Amino acid sequence: MQLTLEFGGGLELLCESKKIHKVNVDLPNGADDLTMKHLLAWVRTNVIKERPEMFLKGDTVRPGVLVLVNDCDWELSGQLETTIEEKDVIVFISTLHGG
Amino acid sequence: MEAGEAKSKKAGGPRLCCICNLRRPVLKRPKTLQQICRECFYEVFEEEIHQVIVKNHLFKSGERVAIGASGGKDSTVLAYVLSELNKRHSYGLDLFLLSIDEGITGYRDDSLETVKRNEVQYGLPLQIVSYKDLYGWTMDDIVKMIGLKNNCTFCGVFRRQALDRGAALLKVDKIVTGHNADDIAETVLLNILRGDIARLSRCTSITTGEDGPIPRYYFSTECIYSPNAYRGFAREFIKDLERLRPKAILDIIKSGEDFRIATTTKMPEQGTCERCGYISSQKWCKACVLLEGLNRGLPKMGIGRSRAGDVNGDLHNKNESKSGPTVKSIESRKQCGSLDF
Ligand SMILES: [Zn+2]
Ligand SMILES: [Zn+2]
Repeated sequence: MQLTLEFGGGLELLCESKKIHKVNVDLPNGADDLTMKHLLAWVRTNVIKERPEMFLKGDTVRPGVLVLVNDCDWELSGQLETTIEEKDVIVFISTLHGG
Repeated sequence: MEAGEAKSKKAGGPRLCCICNLRRPVLKRPKTLQQICRECFYEVFEEEIHQVIVKNHLFKSGERVAIGASGGKDSTVLAYVLSELNKRHSYGLDLFLLSIDEGITGYRDDSLETVKRNEVQYGLPLQIVSYKDLYGWTMDDIVKMIGLKNNCTFCGVFRRQALDRGAALLKVDKIVTGHNADDIAETVLLNILRGDIARLSRCTSITTGEDGPIPRYYFSTECIYSPNAYRGFAREFIKDLERLRPKAILDIIKSGEDFRIATTTKMPEQGTCERCGYISSQKWCKACVLLEGLNRGLPKMGIGRSRAGDVNGDLHNKNESKSGPTVKSIESRKQCGSLDF
């Protein structure tokens, strides 16, 4: 599945200062859908190069990290349960510093 | 867009924006818990700011107003909203962008680029003031001299004056700075944790320094020389609270505002610095004390446990000027990256 991931607000520093990542993510074994829960785990393994604790806390993003799925706050689409589809754009923005 | 609509159907039927009932909502406002669309968000956000400006009589027609511009999101939003409202409601303001360059190699490159984009986008003239111009020292020079331990004292003290001096250069009547609710709530909390009632009362105040310079500025990105662990902890704490109850952040700010009314703590008297004219409760302001130390090769002067008052007394004796009564300076515990109003 082709996805565009965008990191901002300082999170890009955790992935070699690259803000936009065009990635290809496979469905997890035996699953019909790709959820944000799975995508976060995939991002942690494949995209984040340092200090993952700045991005994740427990199984979700650290408080203060804004997640947008196709320009829509993931709170409205079910957060970790949000289903991701082909060509979706997922944006992660840290609001923890950077006024 | 299409993908998004498909998704919202999937997540349990297409819900529409609570305000216009026309478009797909893109966010939930923590303040009202309403799910609203992009267009309606802009509309209510800008209208609320306009109402605050009108209600508090923040501006008069014909005033020259500097927007403290760090290149971060808050000041970018402020530059956009203020230039927009100025046109829409004919405030009649002369707006400028004012940016500070601390002289930390590589640190401001990105943010200065953003500020230059703001200059073009909103047609607002930009003035960049550097520490080198103002003080003869860049932050890099200072770090070379004093090491990494106390540099934040310098950075913070110099920054507040830089904004005022830059404003004087532009002959502006007012300085405005943009802050988000998270930052203000965090500052309220930190001031409570530090027992700093004087600053607590100021940090939720919408205007400061009506009779003097207006020191209000927020350090945009976390200082690379000293990430402030204490502050970081407070931020995570309030974001954790917000997750449990979205209104928690606004409630903390409300608490800060109510404390202000209740406070009867004596505030230190404010005078002006004999050297540079900046507001100071001492003969010399903190920046002048620090600069004197740097220039005399005694960079520890005015730092750490010794109160600014002691240093001032010391300085005055050496300069054979009479040492007046020293008022405990509220500026002496200022930290880098703290929110200043
Ligand atoms: Zn709407
Ligand atoms: Zn001074």
